[in-house]
Amino acid sequence: MKLFFFHLMPYADLDLSYADKHDTAWVTLPNSYFDPAKGKATYDRYIGELELADQLGFDGICVNEHHQTAYGLMPAPNLIAAALTRTTKNAKIAILGRALPLVNNPVNIAEEFAMLDQMSGGRIITGFVRGIGSEYYAAGVNPTFSHERYYEAHDLILQAWTREGPFKYHGRHYNFDYVNLWPRPVQQPHPPVWVPSQGSSETIEWCAAKERKYTYLQTFSPLHLAQKNFDAYRTIAHREGYEAQPDQLGWAVPTYVAETDEIARAELKPHIEAFFNRFLRFPLEMRMPPGYSSIASAKYLIETKFALRSTDQTIDKLIDMGMVICGSASTVRDAFLHHQKNMGFGNLIAMMQVATQPAWQTEKSLRLFASEVAPHLRGVAEKQTQKQTMEAAQ
Amino acid sequence: MAEVREEFVEIAGARVSVMRAGQGEPLLFLHGAGGRTWSPLHDRLAERFEVIAPEHPGFGRCELPEWMASMADLALYYLDFLEALDLRGVHLAGHSLGGWLAGEIAIRNTSRLASVSLLAPAGIAAPEEPFGDIFLWSHEQGTRAQFYDQALAEKRLAIPPNLDLVLQNKTATARLAWSPRLCNLQLPYWLHRIDKPTLLLWGRQDRVIPYACEAYWKKDLRHSVSRVIEECGHGLHNEKPDAASQHMIAFIEGAKA
Repeated sequence: MKLFFFHLMPYADLDLSYADKHDTAWVTLPNSYFDPAKGKATYDRYIGELELADQLGFDGICVNEHHQTAYGLMPAPNLIAAALTRTTKNAKIAILGRALPLVNNPVNIAEEFAMLDQMSGGRIITGFVRGIGSEYYAAGVNPTFSHERYYEAHDLILQAWTREGPFKYHGRHYNFDYVNLWPRPVQQPHPPVWVPSQGSSETIEWCAAKERKYTYLQTFSPLHLAQKNFDAYRTIAHREGYEAQPDQLGWAVPTYVAETDEIARAELKPHIEAFFNRFLRFPLEMRMPPGYSSIASAKYLIETKFALRSTDQTIDKLIDMGMVICGSASTVRDAFLHHQKNMGFGNLIAMMQVATQPAWQTEKSLRLFASEVAPHLRGVAEKQTQKQTMEAAQ
Repeated sequence: MAEVREEFVEIAGARVSVMRAGQGEPLLFLHGAGGRTWSPLHDRLAERFEVIAPEHPGFGRCELPEWMASMADLALYYLDFLEALDLRGVHLAGHSLGGWLAGEIAIRNTSRLASVSLLAPAGIAAPEEPFGDIFLWSHEQGTRAQFYDQALAEKRLAIPPNLDLVLQNKTATARLAWSPRLCNLQLPYWLHRIDKPTLLLWGRQDRVIPYACEAYWKKDLRHSVSRVIEECGHGLHNEKPDAASQHMIAFIEGAKA
């Protein structure tokens, strides 16, 4: 399997007692909680951690987009990706992703990705997302048009990458008389497209369709849900007349490696609990603006999934649910080998810095992962035949 | 209490429920973001008028029609509605989102209207006193903002909401009013087109659509009467139905004189 290090770039200095006065770390948390004097050191540290992962031989490094939040300081992830094109050599640079419906000019996203593709020498992986619910409060974009804008922006970007320009594009939300991309991407016909999601059936269906075959990335989910969604992807692929390959599936999970299981749990505990209970904290209305999901999905999420993400998570519960992988190198290695065998994913996206986690922990964990875990995982999914994958999935 | 009849009409591909009660001149009552209910104010008005209370397309049990992209579309739909039901001499009334809608209808065509009553209308914002964020508020916050008297809010909160209806109504409201939030920046430029008497009626302690908005409506309306109800929140149809109906009836009688 391919191994990726995903950085969320949180504001690690967040005063966690904010929660006494505010109900969320997103959109309405006053930005006076951000100390302007700490930004430079924070970006230096995080970009350095991504560069270290490249040096340690990770197959890829990942950034993403969120707005107006202590959860992540990357409202413009392509800026970080651009810096990485100059200071990394081998790793793929995955932007997971840009939130398409939030922009009024998707051609600009096509242009930026094409630039990054050229600047990196064809090392980028693009990610297409809708943005989470809170982004619609931040961006002012109507959430009831989220799906329509996503599909339309996607079509426009793909055409911009693959069609000879200039051409006209006329949709309900986007209208251009001239689309003519300079530069064109170096990866032909276009850079890989990944779709990070929490797993709506509509998204999985769309990714797995034979005309797309986009890599589906499961984020922040209990194991059984990730398993269910990967199975759904393979089933749809089968129905579409092809066999899904492991590299069409990715699992993104917070990961921490230390000397022993006990040390790992003790060291990660305050940070992973801050991550789920403080950084990922928002009221239901912010997470689910009206029309962002269909009414059936909204009801399902309200009644099931959100119950899992209350603000009293503990590291033990999270590890039990498979939402965090944490332990000694052998524990982490065995866990990933086991889950890969069951779930059949070909891309492992390890989130190895969360919330308040200090630099020394991230560096230790990255080095242990690279030297003692990675060698055992390399090539595993690739050797797995599709037949075995299908059997394992059943 | 008048007997309320429900019928269904299909216009522009949307099949919607219409409640009616009472006899007399037609009074078309347009509901707000929370959806169509038959309120105590409807009952009072039905003693004097034939009250017609449709559910807007996209609200309640009606799916969001593809054509409904903005308030302008809904205003045109209601001009079709007036024609389809052949209503004339209509007293048009609307609360909150429905008040905004009434304004949007009236700037387009008043030929079937006799008067316009805007009850705590959204549509025009007062820069110094922003609207409440009805989308970000919790169910409890939103319910409390409907009332000045919090004992009434607590009574309302004791009734569990119907999640399907709440989600449908919020989705339709967001479709119409997400951005710019609950208003149309162009509306003030066209208010002069309303050539029928217009009532502006507010609860003094409105925390959703603050009373400060009244001045911005009045500035550009040609024939307006303003009334304010003391100790009253946004939901004046539920909190102060007697005062609201008295003001409306007096306004309509005055408009005829």
